[in-house]
Amino acid sequence: MASTRTVDSGAGGHLRLAGVTKRFGEFVAVDTLDLTVPQGSFFALLGPSGCGKTTTLRMVAGLERPSSGSIHLGEDDITLRRPHQRPVNTVFQSYALFPHLDIGENIAFGLRRRGVARQEVKAKVADMLRLVQLEGMERRRPGQLSGGQQQRVALARAIVNRPQVLLLDEPLGALDLKLRRQMQLELKRIQTEVGLTFVHVTHDQEEAMTMADTIAVMNDGRIEQVGTPGELYDSPATTFVANFLGQSNLIRGTVTRADGDQVLLDVYGVAVAMPAARSRASAADAYVGVRPEKIRLVRAEGAVAADGENELTGVVTDVSFVGVSTQYLVRTPWGQELTVFAQNIGVDDRVRTGDDVRLRWVAAHTFALDATVPIDAGADVDDEAEAPVDARS
Amino acid sequence: MSVLAVAGTAAPKAAPPVEDERRRSRVPYLLLLPGIAWLAVFFVVPMIALGSQSLQEGSIEDGYTLTWNWQTYTEALSQYWTQFLRAFWYAALATLFALLISYPLAYTIAFKAGRWRNVWLVLVIAPFFTSFLIRTIAWKTILADNGVVAEVMRGLGLLNWTDDRLLSTGPAVVAGLTYNFLPFMTLPIYAALERMDRRVVEAAHDLYASPFTAFRKVTVPLSMPGVVAGTLLTFIPAAGDYINQRLLGSSQNNVIGSVIDTQFIRVGDYPTAAALSFVLMISIVALVVVYVRRAGTEELV
Repeated sequence: MASTRTVDSGAGGHLRLAGVTKRFGEFVAVDTLDLTVPQGSFFALLGPSGCGKTTTLRMVAGLERPSSGSIHLGEDDITLRRPHQRPVNTVFQSYALFPHLDIGENIAFGLRRRGVARQEVKAKVADMLRLVQLEGMERRRPGQLSGGQQQRVALARAIVNRPQVLLLDEPLGALDLKLRRQMQLELKRIQTEVGLTFVHVTHDQEEAMTMADTIAVMNDGRIEQVGTPGELYDSPATTFVANFLGQSNLIRGTVTRADGDQVLLDVYGVAVAMPAARSRASAADAYVGVRPEKIRLVRAEGAVAADGENELTGVVTDVSFVGVSTQYLVRTPWGQELTVFAQNIGVDDRVRTGDDVRLRWVAAHTFALDATVPIDAGADVDDEAEAPVDARS
Repeated sequence: MSVLAVAGTAAPKAAPPVEDERRRSRVPYLLLLPGIAWLAVFFVVPMIALGSQSLQEGSIEDGYTLTWNWQTYTEALSQYWTQFLRAFWYAALATLFALLISYPLAYTIAFKAGRWRNVWLVLVIAPFFTSFLIRTIAWKTILADNGVVAEVMRGLGLLNWTDDRLLSTGPAVVAGLTYNFLPFMTLPIYAALERMDRRVVEAAHDLYASPFTAFRKVTVPLSMPGVVAGTLLTFIPAAGDYINQRLLGSSQNNVIGSVIDTQFIRVGDYPTAAALSFVLMISIVALVVVYVRRAGTEELV
């Protein structure tokens, strides 16, 4: 039982992945990944299916061995440790509950393997059932529960062991929207209550933004950007992040002046200003970006732009009313269609299709990106959960 | 007026479904009819005939009369109880060996064989392409006194306790039984393992179970339906089998199947043969019921 002791020891600490690569034959699933997950945080790995996020999770769990690189948990190098010797538990996408055991025994499984005393197991299982609100269900088999209940059992079965890191592999993917919202809140509540480090893999950007303290956006086996949901949304570092997290208007431009804390760009003959701190463009060619809800639409004959505002002109080509807001499509003189979300505050002065308009936004809301990747990277990635990529097949 | 019209048209429309329902409830019985008829003619009737035969007295020449002579049972049992025990002992050993060989085999085919899986499965089934009888006769050659197997075992001193023979011994009979029923053990276990969700085993590893513990606590319980089916498919026919004993054993290790065969065909003592058949059948049923209850696989039976 030497392994039991190693599981219990280890003072905890950050989860660190350094230069982790995973190859399946020719295919590189995860490419020299560097990542630090602070202890006690709710960390989301966000990306489209096939981006390597599940493989990354499986390597942390020990179910997959990295081709190179190392994984540390606090001071311990756990890169080559067997899954059962790691203080890490997983909530699987398919739940993977033990069909031959009842709910109580499913939850007790990890405790029993670690030789926890019978009475203590009983008490802890009861605590867990209360936490996930499944009291009175412990004699039922997994097959007799609904999807949402099974999900909570899977969660309880992992949390009861108080792992240093809890891995969640799209655990809400199979639930319907209402139940998913409810479980998101519950997960967040449980994380706050028990204070474990959660690493949550998801392809659902909304889920990641509402739940996580920190998000790492993954694409093609690499991390595109790490930050708080607000940081990622307000100042995306790459085109992929700009398009994958919410919607973005990206316009091709050229940096004309970069001095001090301001950058000036030329966008099809129009000068656009922005704070230097928000520019990620390393060359003269750049994409100028602005979120649709940051743009104000004014009729062409309206007042002049205020100081510190950028302005473009265009013709409204489409107006769709969506209740709280209205979505406008505006064609610019160079033929690109920009999206504008306007809150429905006023009743009069509605802009109509065919109107000449000016698009204005505060310069500080502008961001600039490298123009080396396609402008629509990450825009149309599959938003639906797919079957997890079985790494062995 | 319109209400009446609606009611008027609705009423006759409501009637057909009842008729339809009635017809549908008859369908299962119609589908069962061939099976029931077959069982009635070829199982129930012969069974009653056999039961009646076991309680009759007389001879082939003079004919038999039903005298409810229960004494046949007690006499048959007191005379042949060793053959009964031997049959069950051989069947149990063969089942055990078949299980010990089949489980690793099925596990390998299901989880480790990769693209060779189908080749392995064909190899498991291949013996069925030849007659059971011919394969058992082939074993006579394999285990023959001057064959390689016997020579090697003799050289190793493993045959000292059987007059330096391998053929005609109990181990030869058990070997033949094990061989002949191996596919019946392997295939159900393979089927159970193959349809198992492998992610459940990963979950066990994730929850601190070492590979061996995960095997013991998850893989084995989940494959139990296959193990139970396999042991039943092996033990039941092996307990009544007498071909292996006839061809690979000797008069020293007669089993009950042989005795019944002899009583019916050679001696012509029909009541004794019928009584032995009945006892064999009932004891197998009793053993199976106890076994299935203890194995606790309610899904199977």
